Amino acid sequence: MTDLTGDEVTELTLTVNGERFTREVPVRRLLSDFLRHDLGLTGTHVGCEHGVCGCCTVRVDGTAVRSCLMLAVQAEAADVVTIEGLSKEGEPLHPVQQAFQDAHGLQCGFCTPGFVLAVCGVLEDDSRTELLGDDEIREAISGNLCRCTGYQHIVEAVRIADAKMRPGAAAPESRA
Amino acid sequence: MKPGRFKYHPPSSKAEALELKARYDVDGSFLAGGQSLMPMMNMRLAQPEALIDLNRVPELSYVEERGDRVVIGALTRHAEAERDALLGAACPLMGEALRHVGHQVIRNRGTIGGSVAHADSAAELPAALAALEAQITVESSSGERVIEATDFFEFHFMTSLEPTEMVTAISVPRLAPTTGFAFLEVSRRHGDFAVAGVAALVRDGRARLAFAGVTPKPLVVETSDPDPAHDAVAAADEVGLADDLAGSSRYRRRLIAVLARRATERARARARGAGEGS
Repeated sequence: MTDLTGDEVTELTLTVNGERFTREVPVRRLLSDFLRHDLGLTGTHVGCEHGVCGCCTVRVDGTAVRSCLMLAVQAEAADVVTIEGLSKEGEPLHPVQQAFQDAHGLQCGFCTPGFVLAVCGVLEDDSRTELLGDDEIREAISGNLCRCTGYQHIVEAVRIADAKMRPGAAAPESRA
Repeated sequence: MKPGRFKYHPPSSKAEALELKARYDVDGSFLAGGQSLMPMMNMRLAQPEALIDLNRVPELSYVEERGDRVVIGALTRHAEAERDALLGAACPLMGEALRHVGHQVIRNRGTIGGSVAHADSAAELPAALAALEAQITVESSSGERVIEATDFFEFHFMTSLEPTEMVTAISVPRLAPTTGFAFLEVSRRHGDFAVAGVAALVRDGRARLAFAGVTPKPLVVETSDPDPAHDAVAAADEVGLADDLAGSSRYRRRLIAVLARRATERARARARGAGEGS
């Protein structure tokens, strides 16, 4: 860990997965590191730390963002959801998590939390009346890197989750 | 891969932000969406003494109609502008260009003003704004200036912004229904920076093209030639083309010809379609 002695610190209060936390943090602490080191929520994975791999994706006030490109102090008063907050222990998985399991949308699992949270952000957009087409699914996951699966099963998982979360929605028109 | 030390200032008004910038001058950086500055800070390519976080300045985030133009506040997120109904109706080229800016999760956070001030030569917005003859409003604690987009972008990551100034708004013209538009790009994956991209406007048989990713600033070409490729390649040859890991200059030269034709064709079809529909 970076030596933070002598750093400017500030008090931060925010909600993470429905629980309110107040912590003193150095202003240069990344949100990803705050979640992992200060709160022990190690489900948020850190791959590249410069916004390329997508593994650290979390939701801040409902919007999917890269937590390695946000300072923890910027999340003051925010409502953050990490992979740990999507479904509680002993309860059914979130439809996106379940679909990743059903479609074998993961192997080593390192990239999975980022994929799941980015996909949740896309699938919960209510402005759509049609299910996503393959091109749209691929575009939606283009900001997340997976080195195991070859993406086919992830695309399938997104398709399954989309159908489950939007019952009655029309199939996508065939697109050129 | 962690940022170095900095003093953190979260001003709550534009005036306060500009005062801070006046105080720190080149040693202070504005933090908007952080999708370019934060990677640079994590890699220690940027180590500002002070960070002036604009995310608590709501007055910088808006999309408004003013006369025959649409004005976009600098802190408006890419995703917000992309979905904005007013901007989509008045200047649809913007939405088409914005869809190519990074990935969805990047656009959720990245801002219009941030992309403009960062001025990556491979970025989509500078080219779109150059094609549109957009105007960029910049302010410092001592006043405001309006700069034409074509004068604003000077070189890779270089603009005509003074150290104490902030980009506060972008204004784009309302396009007539008979003006055709298109934004196309070639990149390795959707969301990557453009190997080459082009914003095209067609009106009265005349095409105005602005290319991204090929020269140190947007390459603007105006032509009435039915085949725009020749004029586009000639303009590129005059400046010299980028030659890097994303693509050789020879490949880019080829892409310029192809993109010029495809974008002009699509823009012309849209202009005709609008004419028939009305």
